[in-house]
Amino acid sequence: MTTSLVRIEDKLYQNRYLVDTGRPHIKVRQHQSPSSNLLALTLVCPANCYEVNEDGEVEITADGCMECGTCRVLCEESGDIDWSYPRGGFGVLFKFG
Amino acid sequence: MTVEKFDAIVVGAGMSGNAAAYTMASRGLKVLQLERGEYPGSKNVQGAILYANMLETIIPDFRDDAPLERHLVEQRFWVMDDTSHTGMHYRSDDFNEPAPNRYTIIRAQFDKWFSRKVRAAGAIVLCETTATELALDADGKVIGVHTDREGGIIHAEVVVLAEGVNGLLGTRAGFRKVPKPEAVALAVKEMHFLPEEVIAERFGLSGDQGCVIEAAGTISRGMAGLGFLYTNKESISLGIGCLVSDFAATMERPYALLEAFKGHPSIRPLLAGSEIKEYAAHLIPEGGFKAIPQLFGNGWVVVGDAAQLNNAVHREGSNLAMTSGRIAGEAIAMVKSRGRPMTSENLSLYKAMLDKSFVVKDLRKYKDMPALIHTNSRNFFMTYPQLLSQAAQNFVRVDGTPKIEKERATTAAFVKARSRWGLVSDAVRLALAWR
Ligand SMILES: Cc1cc2nc3c(=O)[nH]c(=O)nc-3n(C[C@H](O)[C@H](O)[C@H](O)COP(=O)(O)OP(=O)(O)OC[C@H]3O[C@@H](n4cnc5c(N)ncnc54)[C@H](O)[C@@H]3O)c2cc1C
Ligand code: SF4
Repeated sequence: MTTSLVRIEDKLYQNRYLVDTGRPHIKVRQHQSPSSNLLALTLVCPANCYEVNEDGEVEITADGCMECGTCRVLCEESGDIDWSYPRGGFGVLFKFG
Repeated sequence: MTVEKFDAIVVGAGMSGNAAAYTMASRGLKVLQLERGEYPGSKNVQGAILYANMLETIIPDFRDDAPLERHLVEQRFWVMDDTSHTGMHYRSDDFNEPAPNRYTIIRAQFDKWFSRKVRAAGAIVLCETTATELALDADGKVIGVHTDREGGIIHAEVVVLAEGVNGLLGTRAGFRKVPKPEAVALAVKEMHFLPEEVIAERFGLSGDQGCVIEAAGTISRGMAGLGFLYTNKESISLGIGCLVSDFAATMERPYALLEAFKGHPSIRPLLAGSEIKEYAAHLIPEGGFKAIPQLFGNGWVVVGDAAQLNNAVHREGSNLAMTSGRIAGEAIAMVKSRGRPMTSENLSLYKAMLDKSFVVKDLRKYKDMPALIHTNSRNFFMTYPQLLSQAAQNFVRVDGTPKIEKERATTAAFVKARSRWGLVSDAVRLALAWR
């Protein structure tokens, strides 16, 4: 577990981002216990943005987000998350893509 | 800007948006194109193989200055289990032709180039601008877009939604639904840099010749998925993608899958010593013909990945995107030149033209494939690759076992794993979906 977490950070470190500080583009709705799709995101998000906190809630830190939309496809309809693109110019900036 | 009214606004400067904007601007329409990235391509991810014919139709002399990596002379298909691959290679000197058929490209660079052509054709391209919502009049006709910049609605007679697989505008307006998890694949990809000579030597290439590998099998751990390795001039694009629904069900980590693919004994030596410079993720529409949404309405059309125009069986997307963008641009220019309004009725010309093109014909051909792959992923991506590997090994290994016994063992293994009925029905269903 820890090794794969370290590795993903190394991977994201190679990418270029312009973080829109204080304006996260994805938000998780308050919940008592996470739905199965929300929980799946803690493993399935390719940038590892989702984590379970001490209260058993799923949280997001969208800084390393690659704007792929996987979490949107899994969790927007149910209302688990609010999904938007970052403001123009912000977010991930692929050099190669 | 606020008082100006455009003939057309194109949302997105990817493959489809650039084709649409170029086509309309070069026919004299007043076009505004919006792109949320810092520059066109900064948000886009692709393998990437470029199919020359479809670009040639739009920009005949693209070979003169487009950033192309290698032209492809060899294609490998690999079926993999944990320690082996069974492959088919196709290589032909015919591909060393004066105007090659397929190239590898790097999207961030290619999109910048395409965008320069769009500007040169006369369109206004506004980057770092996210369109947030479509603007509709009281009758529900699209009259422009809202953006995250200062100022109100930007008005246009028609809006081309070229916003990609994850398009927000069309779904927010209720013109189409967010793709279902079983209709999109999540792909993760890395760029591995190596000296040009090393790539040439490892793949048996010279000059700007290129080679690509498409791989399926246990690398996707029973999920419906595909791995790829494409040679660029000084880098290798390596990636793997599986259906989002399968990821959610298995809870596999995408980058763990990529790591395992990289570590596979058949792939590892090809990448040895490379420097990784980027890690990217993107969705690919996989729903095919049955997932195509409404393509036009009052004051709008949708093109490319946003319209699910992507052929997952053949790994073609950018060419369908470019072609649908071009056709939409042509249709809009025709409606305009006849002096007609951009109503749903008049814009239906776009769909009529698209239906006649290879885009819709190809997708219709494989209309049953997505469902078949989705419901049978374990057999196609786990069981068969393992059986194939056993069969190949049985065939190749010389150990004193009589050949007849080896053949029986191979057949028995297939029957045991899938039952005779299962094998026959898989074969029939695959053949029907392929037909
Ligand atoms: C890993 C991978 C490998 C692939 N390999 C191949 C391949 O080898 N060959 C092939 O032909 N196809 C391939 N494809 C498919 C191909 O990339 C797509 O089909 C193609 O890019 C679709 O073009 P598009 O213009 O519809 O969308 P995109 O190229 O995704 O462009 C959409 C654009 O719209 C912009 N945008 C979105 N929303 C907004 C907004 N609200 N405001 C402003 N701008 C916005 C985005 O920033 C982006 O620039 C691959 C895809 C992936 C993910
Ligand atoms: S969009 Fe993709 S990368 Fe960003 S948080 Fe969602 S799943 Fe993770």
